[in-house]
Amino acid sequence: MIRVGLIGVGKMGISHYAILGAHPRVKVAAICDGATYITSALRKYTGVETFKDHRKMLDSAQLDCVMVATPTASHFDLASDVLGRGLHVFVEKPLCLDPDQSKRLSQLAIDKSRANQVGYHNRFIGTFRETRRLVRAGALGEVYHISGSAFGQVVIRPKSGATWRSKKSEGGGCLHDYASHVVDLMNFVAGPPERVLSAHLRSIFSKDVEDAVYATFLYPGGASGQLETNWSDDTHRKMSTTITVYGTKGKIVADRQECRVYLRQGAEFETYPAGWTIRYITDLQAPVAFYLRGEEYSAQIDAFMDAVDTGTATHENSFASAFETDRVIDLIMKAGH
Amino acid sequence: MERILFGDNQFFGINHMSEEKARAQAMQFKDAASIMRVLDRAYDAGIKVFMCTTHDRVGEIADIVRANPERYRDFEFYPCMPYAHKYANSVGEVGMIETLRRFAPSSIVETLFTGAISAMTQDMDKLACMLVDAEMKRFAGLKTPVVFLQNVVTDLLLGLKLHKMLAVFARHVEEKYGAEAGFITMNLPMLVDALETVGVKNPIVCANINKIGFRMSGGIDAYRDLIGSGRCRAIAMSVFASGAIPPQEAIDWVCNLNGLQSIVFGASSAGNIRQSKELIDRAWGLSSTQ
Repeated sequence: MIRVGLIGVGKMGISHYAILGAHPRVKVAAICDGATYITSALRKYTGVETFKDHRKMLDSAQLDCVMVATPTASHFDLASDVLGRGLHVFVEKPLCLDPDQSKRLSQLAIDKSRANQVGYHNRFIGTFRETRRLVRAGALGEVYHISGSAFGQVVIRPKSGATWRSKKSEGGGCLHDYASHVVDLMNFVAGPPERVLSAHLRSIFSKDVEDAVYATFLYPGGASGQLETNWSDDTHRKMSTTITVYGTKGKIVADRQECRVYLRQGAEFETYPAGWTIRYITDLQAPVAFYLRGEEYSAQIDAFMDAVDTGTATHENSFASAFETDRVIDLIMKAGH
Repeated sequence: MERILFGDNQFFGINHMSEEKARAQAMQFKDAASIMRVLDRAYDAGIKVFMCTTHDRVGEIADIVRANPERYRDFEFYPCMPYAHKYANSVGEVGMIETLRRFAPSSIVETLFTGAISAMTQDMDKLACMLVDAEMKRFAGLKTPVVFLQNVVTDLLLGLKLHKMLAVFARHVEEKYGAEAGFITMNLPMLVDALETVGVKNPIVCANINKIGFRMSGGIDAYRDLIGSGRCRAIAMSVFASGAIPPQEAIDWVCNLNGLQSIVFGASSAGNIRQSKELIDRAWGLSSTQ
């Protein structure tokens, strides 16, 4: 059994904990959080070992790997401590607020040959994986434009800033919390852009952070990109993320349910005929052993455990690719007004 | 338990196949009256049970049914709680403590956070019951013979190994509401094993059960064996796998499963309601009025 320690049992931490708890190859050996009302309750009910200080957990719980699900501003120190002790590490997204720190963490993981993954779960959704596969295989010909969007209702009224998600210094705001997913997905499908030509960071209800991010990108081959994210849009029941890729031979529109492929006459590809082909998640997603909120959350943990087993530092969704995402986020902030 | 149940995903912009369709449905069902029109079609077709999320809008439906006891004499609700996005959005917005204060205002919440650890499990149980009571308020005076825990909570507790909380829910629903507990899950075989360890035997469970094995964690064979074993009373949902399986084929397959108790399906039009109802009636040899 792989012994896991979990730092942070908030919204994402609890979700990871449940998936790890049901995982056949994993034992949750210890959890760590300052919120003792949660850790005490979990200890009482399940007998899991609990800590307030992550260093004590790392030193005494005989762990193989650690999952970090804390506010972004704490990721660098925590991940450094974990890797410093020679343990594999999974960190929630985004990796760091400062891309230089992300780069240093990536190098440290490679030096130590430890698995190092970030929680960009869209990379484990079948429709997005198929989109990337088709784009990378050249099915769309030369790609000249990529558009990515995400909408949802996280902040839908003025409020006083009660959690870290509404504090810029902690990594709150639509850019780091929401847009990061879309930036990473666009990178996943088309590779990272070279420049951010313009960005507009707009506050709608929040005081300290932006609620919407609009930006335009320029890619190395000359393609353009457009990012549109808004977490104050209550016409969407939950976060809905869409990516559209335009190429000389066709176009793909994908979200977490559908991958809609249009190919021009004469541009048939593999089993895809000319015209529209719609493929659904029912056919593109591999089943998981335990399901909570979406196959992708379990699939990303399976992939991480595979990397832990083989002891490799180079794998899907590593710190190296999360650094590229952090770099683009940083460029958006610098271009933003 | 009724054999054919009417579901509510179509009313609340939930479509596991298409976000576009989900948005179109959210526009179509913009108020309680538009939902009620479809429910009337289902009720008049002989479907007596509305299996529904504890969404605010369902509260308005409950008010209409309560106000027309003659018209809806046999109407039953199977509430499914909680409407998780309400809590998830609140946790993201104001944090966990404030969320509990919002939905279960009481001294228990306060003592929990001041760290009176000794009484904690007892307090956690009470808190869970209070959250259930808050969700049940809108159904006062109506028939709710089965009360469900939504899969996001069932499966969260399952993964966290808080199996005792599942039993707390079952006991509370029975003692306070004279109802049977039901559990919605995406992990049916694992759930039934866990429920048995905390003394919940032959539970009512609702899970994706479809010919292509879509979202049937544990595998289609394990589902078939379990349902046939008589260890649970299973309700099949997502029978059509969001449209991936043609209706006749989907219904024939699921109705042939040995031991299956009920089927829940949703539809937005009278034609689709009638078609699905007739297919199930025929496959199960039910009379057309159930």
